[in-house]
Amino acid sequence: MTAAARKIKKPLYAVIAACWLAAPFFLGNYQLDVLNNIAIYALLGLSLNIILGYAGMFHMGHGAFFAVGAYATAIINTTWGVPVLWLLPLSGAAAGLFALVVARPIIHLRGDYLLIVTIGMVEIVRIALVNNVFGITGGSNGIFGIDAPSVFGRTISGIVAPGDFFYLVTAFLAFTITVFYLLEHSRFGRALQFLNQDPVAAEGSGIDTARYRLAAFGIGAFWAGMVGNLYASKVTFISPESFSFWESVVMFMIVILGGAGSIPGVLLGAFLIIGLPEMFQGLQQYRLLLFGIVLVAMMIFRPQGILPPAPRSYDVAEDDGENGGPGSTPDDAAGVEVRP
Amino acid sequence: MSLLRIENATRYFGGLMAVGDVSFSVPEGLVFGLIGPNGAGKTTVFNLITGNYRLDSGKIFFRGEDISRMPTHRVVQRGIARTFQNIRLFSGMTVLENVLAGRHCRMKAGPIAAMLRLPSQRIEERRAAARAMAELLFVGLAGHAGNLAKNLSYGNQRLLEIARALAADPALIILDEPAGGMNDYETTALVELISKIRNRGITVMLIEHDMSLVMRACERIVVLEHGKKIAEGTPGEVQADPAVIEAYLGSDDEEF
Repeated sequence: MTAAARKIKKPLYAVIAACWLAAPFFLGNYQLDVLNNIAIYALLGLSLNIILGYAGMFHMGHGAFFAVGAYATAIINTTWGVPVLWLLPLSGAAAGLFALVVARPIIHLRGDYLLIVTIGMVEIVRIALVNNVFGITGGSNGIFGIDAPSVFGRTISGIVAPGDFFYLVTAFLAFTITVFYLLEHSRFGRALQFLNQDPVAAEGSGIDTARYRLAAFGIGAFWAGMVGNLYASKVTFISPESFSFWESVVMFMIVILGGAGSIPGVLLGAFLIIGLPEMFQGLQQYRLLLFGIVLVAMMIFRPQGILPPAPRSYDVAEDDGENGGPGSTPDDAAGVEVRP
Repeated sequence: MSLLRIENATRYFGGLMAVGDVSFSVPEGLVFGLIGPNGAGKTTVFNLITGNYRLDSGKIFFRGEDISRMPTHRVVQRGIARTFQNIRLFSGMTVLENVLAGRHCRMKAGPIAAMLRLPSQRIEERRAAARAMAELLFVGLAGHAGNLAKNLSYGNQRLLEIARALAADPALIILDEPAGGMNDYETTALVELISKIRNRGITVMLIEHDMSLVMRACERIVVLEHGKKIAEGTPGEVQADPAVIEAYLGSDDEEF
């Protein structure tokens, strides 16, 4: 990245965030609902990005974890009346646990093989939901009458008042971006990127690659499960149709098109893939054709995505001597910021 | 006392014996060379030590502990770090991040500590970066810390692999053809670097084709041919060994 691009990055992000936050004052309910959908897909993209972006595992079944979280919320809320927002961590845990169980035997698979297995997984989940396993998923009719979330006694209906729901989902999005940014810039995030770039070298550097692959699945699924909770409480009605294989493909596209391993890239990808088709409603049936052509062109001319991750900089403080190693850092290397 | 002990190590690939019944010990604090003609099984021995390959039979002990069945990342944690013959860096990441990879097994912070940005996690990150920087300085790459690994010259990529291995606090560092692709000047600097590593109390084990480097750098040498050990001793002893001369130059009998 050039120095100029780095300089305008922060103000640009601030302007985008300000526009986003001000949107409810200018937009109608329909447009706000589109923004809510963009935010939900952005969250799904960010959670998939842990698995597909950082760790580089071709996982095209992310809808399965989304579904587990949504159904966990729906079933518990409609059966026992537990408020939906309380179920947020529980939905995440259900999806995360499910992911650990199903991913355990498949994480050693290489790219294309893993892709096929995860496609199988998401189809199995959908078919299980249609066939009403354990008699609790409502079959192909799905589950009706899920409560809308309520914050401090105020009900936030995603259907009646999308402007209110907008701030709920935006708050969760902001939280997710912050937490995932910190994760990306940590020992954990780096380990995923190491094993993505060269698993043999990563293992040879002392990284337990199998464990980190599994952890990536667990965290990505945990988040997708929480998004499932938000989604279920937004639409108050879920059915297997909402979790078709196509949904998983859309999430996959958001990450790859936007820029695998890049948080701004995934956000942009969600905006383009969910938002753009809505803007060109006037083009009717041609818009999907155009969309397909753009996707093909992107993969040919910019396979790394629109906004691929930029190299990170590190603050290298003075070695305090409790580190072992070759001795203290001489003055010329101390206290400098290392940036690409 | 020997740091590493290899007992009757054997490994087949299909019907081909890559390493057959090889035994030797690596004493602590030495620079130890493993040499032999192409295809003698040197790299296979390295891969057996680090757990990249499994032994078909035999045992490997490190500081008295049996590491024959240990996965690679745990071998590294026990204190054996390595470099690769065909350079394996994280090419799309910065030079500093590559060294941080080696530091990974000496750090503790997990995903939750990172997400919460706990003070302990921040201190650990800062220390790791400082240590990584110190290792880059040690191998002479400090000025490249922010560059992408793939933009380094071939010789510098080899040095970066060494820095990454050193960051793991190894007791034994295994260098697989560290002078491959280096010019004379770089090779001389490498010999110096190897003795600096040894002076840090780290035992060095290396495979090398450059005989002058092996004779200059190593204090003890094992010679392999066709997967078998044919000689062991000091550089002088090995050079004078008829079996070694035969392996490298061919025996008189083959001349017509």
